[in-house]
Amino acid sequence: MNIFVLMKRTFDTEEKISIQNGEIQEDGAEFIINPYDEYAIEEAIQVRDAHGGKVTVISIGDDETEKQLRTSLAMGADEAVLINVEDDVDELDHTGAAHILAEYLKDKEPDLILAGNVAIDGGSGQTGPRVADLLNINYVTTITKLEIDGTNVKIVRDVEGDSEIIETSLPLLVTAQQGLNEPRYPSLPGIMKAKKKPLEELELDDLDIDEDDVETKIETVEVYLPPVKSAGRILQGELPDQVKELVNLLHTEAKVI
Amino acid sequence: MSKKIVVLGEVRDGALRNVSFEAIAAAKQIADGGEVVGALIGDQVTSLANELIAYGADRVIVVEHPHLKTYTPDGFSQALLAIVDQEKPDGIVLGHTSLGKDLSPKVASRLQAGLVSDVTEIEGAGDDAVFIRPIYSGKAFEKVKVKDGIIFVTVRPNNIAPLEKDASRTGDVASLTVDIQNLRTIIKEVIRNASTGVDLSEAKVVVSGGRGMKSAEGFKILQELADVLGGAVGASRGACDAGYCDYSLQIGQTGKVVTPDLYIAVGISGAIQHLAGMSNSKVIVAINKDPEANIFKVADYGIVGDLFEVIPLLIEECKALKVNS
Ligand SMILES: Cc1cc2nc3c(=O)[nH]c(=O)nc-3n(C[C@H](O)[C@H](O)[C@H](O)COP(=O)(O)OP(=O)(O)OC[C@H]3O[C@@H](n4cnc5c(N)ncnc54)[C@H](O)[C@@H]3O)c2cc1C
Ligand SMILES: Cc1cc2nc3c(=O)[nH]c(=O)nc-3n(C[C@H](O)[C@H](O)[C@H](O)COP(=O)(O)OP(=O)(O)OC[C@H]3O[C@@H](n4cnc5c(N)ncnc54)[C@H](O)[C@@H]3O)c2cc1C
Repeated sequence: MNIFVLMKRTFDTEEKISIQNGEIQEDGAEFIINPYDEYAIEEAIQVRDAHGGKVTVISIGDDETEKQLRTSLAMGADEAVLINVEDDVDELDHTGAAHILAEYLKDKEPDLILAGNVAIDGGSGQTGPRVADLLNINYVTTITKLEIDGTNVKIVRDVEGDSEIIETSLPLLVTAQQGLNEPRYPSLPGIMKAKKKPLEELELDDLDIDEDDVETKIETVEVYLPPVKSAGRILQGELPDQVKELVNLLHTEAKVI
Repeated sequence: MSKKIVVLGEVRDGALRNVSFEAIAAAKQIADGGEVVGALIGDQVTSLANELIAYGADRVIVVEHPHLKTYTPDGFSQALLAIVDQEKPDGIVLGHTSLGKDLSPKVASRLQAGLVSDVTEIEGAGDDAVFIRPIYSGKAFEKVKVKDGIIFVTVRPNNIAPLEKDASRTGDVASLTVDIQNLRTIIKEVIRNASTGVDLSEAKVVVSGGRGMKSAEGFKILQELADVLGGAVGASRGACDAGYCDYSLQIGQTGKVVTPDLYIAVGISGAIQHLAGMSNSKVIVAINKDPEANIFKVADYGIVGDLFEVIPLLIEECKALKVNS
């Protein structure tokens, strides 16, 4: 089976975030594989181990992205592709990102494409369905279970906590929701092997993509942090008095009850 | 310049979701004096059209088909694209719900349009509209503009105030026939999880429990508190994973995103993935025995103490308040 995973290198949002010159400060920040993409990689590996085939992890990024791609290989993916757009574009939005991924995938005859349901930094959750649409294949988002039998696919999809049982078929794009699996940590032998696995690097030219083709449609005019909340009020005194005070504050000061 | 905006009315269990009324308010602002066209897609949904009008839609287009009884991306995109093809709107607004998240990127892709997802606030109107959306798990915000093409946005539930309902408003309700075909996914079954009563993502008060609740029994006292306050019960991932409650109650990045007037976090540590789902709440109360718990950093009011002592007292005080007022 020809399996592809779309992987985004994301800012680790557990870390502190600061803004300088109108941009999120990235120097010294921690970057990770988008957590939902880890579920996608794990699932891809499990599907390959059960059905045979090859797992290729693709990422649009820059030189730094090689690190997360090597980690994907160390987890057990077979090949990685870095579409390095650093020299070609300053800005990229979903329309552009999906276009690039679809151009890469269009002649690769994928059976199964896995993505994360949302990137924890950009947070829009658009890329997966857009890529599926451009490739004219079917998609199912926020999946928590995947069973493949020949070309038949049975899926459990999370819909705001309810579960949909879905039947569909390959070729297919799915986006991973938490709960799909427990991603493995790269093992030491895995890390050693990953160093020798193929990591192809491409630029837009190699895909016959013009900078105009990935022109942004959305423009970010400002990035800012929420106003610092003044430290909350930790109530003091005996518990029954604290609770009385809380209810009083919620009623008279905050006016929410 | 005034614009024509299409808004999808999202139907669940035979009723329109509140977020659709909020989407109409958003559309009005983007339309800048132009027209707001409601869209209803489903099996038997025409009867809901007047409610969209009462909340501000100028007229409504209905696409009904047996294949639209349950949502599928193929079916609903065919219907919505047919409406867009007929109306040639300047913009489209959907709720940022499970359905909206699944459908909007496909439709945007078909229309070769940008898409501004998960909008919590709109500044300005018409061509000058600026959309505010949380990024980095809610730790930062961005303001974005649509450079060209259709203005396509999804709005986060419970953030943009709906217009006052006016049942005396009237408008045209027209049906559009669309041949819905070639559905590539079949929904065999929908397993409804235990959520009852108030819709969590639309509740004004949310009482949420974490691993600190210790058991499913523990969650019962939260339900009692929620009932007194007319709210809904939510949960952290920790509580769901431990089996204290159903995953349908989960709040956060993976679960539901809520913006109630009052959020009470009980025995929840405040991991970033949880905060991403509730940090926009207007007033946050944290009850936790650990004074260092991260949840206190976002709380307006905090009680450091054993929740099993605090919650029964809180229920009593809230009951007393109700009796007295
Ligand atoms: C050089 C460069 C410049 C950029 N400039 C900007 C900018 O100015 N403003 C801005 O907002 N964003 C910028 N980006 C980020 C880029 O636009 C996003 O990756 C893309 O738009 C996806 O948006 P999202 O983060 O909302 O992801 P979502 O749509 O939420 O992601 C969902 C899933 O899609 C897949 N996916 C997403 N992004 C990628 C990717 N890059 N490679 C492979 N798979 C992916 C993953 O599986 C992910 O889980 C830039 C990226 C690069 C490399
Ligand atoms: C990709 C990804 C997505 C995730 N998505 C989500 C999500 O959507 N939502 C979410 O919630 N989490 C999510 N998580 C998990 C998250 O990281 C945390 O693990 C989880 O939120 C912890 O739940 P908790 O606060 O209930 O548990 P804990 O962190 O164990 O906290 C329990 C708290 O209860 C307090 N406590 C214990 N006993 C008492 C008592 N008797 N009285 C008062 N206080 C008491 C403790 O002091 C502690 O602070 C996600 C994680 C990942 C990796």
